[in-house]
Amino acid sequence: MAGELHQLTVAQLAEGLRARTFSAGELARHFLQRAAQHDGLGAFLATHEEATLAQARAADARLAQGDAPRLAGVPLAHKDIFVTRDFPTTAGSKMLEGYRSPFDATVVTRLAEAGMVTLGKLNCDEFAMGSSNENSAYHPVKNPWDTARVPGGSSGGSAAAVAARLAPAATGTDTGGSIRQPASFCGITGIKPTYGRASRWGMIAYASSLDQAGPMARTAEDCSLLLSALCGPDPDRDSTSLNVPAEDFTRSLNDSIEGLRIGVPREFFGEGLAADVRAAVDGALKALQQLGARVVEISLPRTELAIPVYYIIAPAEASSNLARFDGVKFGHRARDYTDLEDMYKKTRAEGFGEEVQRRIMTGTYVLSHGYYDAYYLQAQKIRRLIADDFQRAFKECDVIAGPVAPTVAWQLGAHGADPLADYLADIFTLPASLAGLPGMSVPAGFGEGGMPVGLQLIGNYLQEGRLLNLAHRLQQATDFHLRAPEGF
Amino acid sequence: MTSRLIQGYEVVIGFETHAQLQTQSKIFSRSPTAFGAEPNTQASAVDLALPGTLPVMNREAVHCAIKLGLALGSHIAPRSVFARKNYFYPDLPKGYQISQFEIPVVQGGEVSFFVDGEKKTVRLVRAHLEEDAGKSLHEDFHGQSGIDLNRAGTPLLEIVTEPDMGSSAEAVAYAKELHKIVTWIGVCDGNMQEGSFRCDANVSVRKPGAPLGTRREIKNLNSFRFMQQAIDYEIRWQIEQLEDGHAIQQATVLFDPDTGETRAMRTKEDSADYRYFPDPDLPPLCISEQWIEEVRGQMPELPRRMAERLVADYGLPEYDATTLTQSLAMGAYFEAVARASGQPKLASNWIMGEISKRLNAEEIGIEAAKVSDAQLAQLIGRIQDGTISHNAARQVFEALWSGEGTEVDAVIEAKGLKQLQDTGALEKIVDEVIAANPDNVAQFRAGKDRAFNALVGQVMKASKGKANPAQVNQLLRARLGA
Repeated sequence: MAGELHQLTVAQLAEGLRARTFSAGELARHFLQRAAQHDGLGAFLATHEEATLAQARAADARLAQGDAPRLAGVPLAHKDIFVTRDFPTTAGSKMLEGYRSPFDATVVTRLAEAGMVTLGKLNCDEFAMGSSNENSAYHPVKNPWDTARVPGGSSGGSAAAVAARLAPAATGTDTGGSIRQPASFCGITGIKPTYGRASRWGMIAYASSLDQAGPMARTAEDCSLLLSALCGPDPDRDSTSLNVPAEDFTRSLNDSIEGLRIGVPREFFGEGLAADVRAAVDGALKALQQLGARVVEISLPRTELAIPVYYIIAPAEASSNLARFDGVKFGHRARDYTDLEDMYKKTRAEGFGEEVQRRIMTGTYVLSHGYYDAYYLQAQKIRRLIADDFQRAFKECDVIAGPVAPTVAWQLGAHGADPLADYLADIFTLPASLAGLPGMSVPAGFGEGGMPVGLQLIGNYLQEGRLLNLAHRLQQATDFHLRAPEGF
Repeated sequence: MTSRLIQGYEVVIGFETHAQLQTQSKIFSRSPTAFGAEPNTQASAVDLALPGTLPVMNREAVHCAIKLGLALGSHIAPRSVFARKNYFYPDLPKGYQISQFEIPVVQGGEVSFFVDGEKKTVRLVRAHLEEDAGKSLHEDFHGQSGIDLNRAGTPLLEIVTEPDMGSSAEAVAYAKELHKIVTWIGVCDGNMQEGSFRCDANVSVRKPGAPLGTRREIKNLNSFRFMQQAIDYEIRWQIEQLEDGHAIQQATVLFDPDTGETRAMRTKEDSADYRYFPDPDLPPLCISEQWIEEVRGQMPELPRRMAERLVADYGLPEYDATTLTQSLAMGAYFEAVARASGQPKLASNWIMGEISKRLNAEEIGIEAAKVSDAQLAQLIGRIQDGTISHNAARQVFEALWSGEGTEVDAVIEAKGLKQLQDTGALEKIVDEVIAANPDNVAQFRAGKDRAFNALVGQVMKASKGKANPAQVNQLLRARLGA
């Protein structure tokens, strides 16, 4: 069985560990070995064998005692946006090269409390800004389905690692689609919960009003196991964490979807949608109908506005969130400088990559005196209207479904120096982010070049259980999520 | 506005005061707020703005804001919003300060006080909650700067007035009254040297009837004396400039106590664009009516109300009542002495006299007075029942204050200060004095009152100060047939 360990899902691994079919130590070594073997994918930014094996030993001890929590001994890896004590944390930036946090992110702590063993830290776009993972200051990540293509972003390392079976599960963060889009591009399952479900403590902030943590794994069941563990109120650390008790999302996985109304927004199926993506999404919708769901057409009239609104609000918040990286207290500081201002300028010019600098400048501009009302304030108003559109839509349907991205994963370097091409590709994920709604990506088939296509599911607030239920039922009827890229 | 003109100019002053709140921990983290600790020992991951940290509002700071709002008769906003004030400075760890901008927690209100016996009311614009920055230390670092983040995140209320003050005297009186209120209700320790109560004064001058002049802001006035000097200098300087035909440039200035002058720190041209926007890490601050009522129930009686009551209940003159309500502790001390002795006016005289003299000399507060309210009440009782004279009482007081004794009666006994109660003995002394001073007696009979006083003095002297002066007076007059 050992040879097949990495093909097992989180649920299967947890069961095997409990049955003592294999040990946590064995699993940790196996996955670390795979990570090393497939280093060329660029998914990992850091591993630390000793730390991982120490966690595995602790899990094995609890498994032996028989009082182990549900996910004891199951390995996972964290997006490098989450701060960790045992591993360095860089946020994919030179600014934080070599930085070591004195504390763990709440999400990291909760998954550790659930018994999970950390394999290491995963590559991502610098400070989670990007849709292709090419904005990592260290190296790009390759898509395991076609190593000439991007894995998506910003949680590209997470998606590639799970798809390539280098980790059974990973954490990701989603600000404008950063869990859903790479999950779609790499053919895995990922869910961004309702804003406030998961604590942001220890998640390096990009855009505070949008950032949410979530799990990425191969199956909806695995996502539900991780999501159950990582959600929950954190009032002493994150004021925006919702006062909603953690739920066991596995309980509703098998609920009937008979009569469930799936709203399909017509704005998600316009000209910009590639034919291969449309075909796969249509196929998945048909499968859901065969399972008893009803498809109803709905409208989200302000879908297109989500792009300018997002690219005002997110950079505005980022420009302020990233001000702390000033060379004074931690992180990179320029070697030579003449005075304080020169130190700031050189430090930030050297430490931040091009896209991060672009967003800081955009954000600074839209918050500036004389521009605030026209940009930031206006964007906030439209953001509210976008959220209202969803509430109107949810009067006609229970869940919204559509594509995650207009195309399958593109070639590395294809968007080159055209950041707008990246921005426009976020159109289908941004609306749910702006409204703070839960959204997920479920494998729906394959498109051009044999590349995976994801189906996006969007639920009303706190309806993660419903999304996972729908995804799980789809995965009972299809096998897209079980297929492995060749060579992995 | 008082229209006291200076060289034909009207003075317009507004205040911004930063009052540091007396909370156990910082406004958005759990680090302690103690002053004077080793650098960077009172700073947590949140205060250092380490990646991944987030602010969580300290309820105690909101409690202070509600208290202040109630004390100033302000509107307490049921919903107020925290905003980020963005600027780069090494002692500002996040690169922004969390403050309140468009919707502050305390809105409106007023502060009333007396200046030269005239009642003055200053309207408040707002008071908002915010965090303090750290400190940059430029000495001892060999050309580099040291950063101490102990103060970073200390909760502040910034209290902003309308430009309602028309002179430095009014400005200082306002600041003193506000200082009294914040310390009275216990939201701020009022320590100006440690920076717990910092005032910025916006000063401008204009010809009567003209639109408001350009203002200059004097920063960080940390004593009432410097405040008066700085404002007076600034007023003179601005008038001089205008008289010389120069326009005033909007600027931030600092007062140098050594030269007694203000000098510009930065002008409007290089003022920063703070790019305020609502802090997405903090939901709006919601204060329920119930919370406000809870705080209202715990509020101490406010100084003005207490002064009114001292006048009504104890028959004190307004001057006494105002003086005795300089602090809550002073008021409480007075009431304890007045009640125990049944002599409110005597109590007031003693506190405003002997007690205040010593408190000032030793630079201590009434809390540290070395004569307790019970001791003072007993002492007053002994004057009242004729046991000792006023002069003797002062000696007893001195003994109590210096720690020479603790029991009033024991001190009187030990010092032999009891007044002569025996009329026979006193009559004997009076007769002896009359016999020994025929000249004085003759002069008195010739109509010279001063001679009578000399005789009283002789009797007092002969009784070693123990005679009751009123009784001496009476006996002398009887004997001399006057």
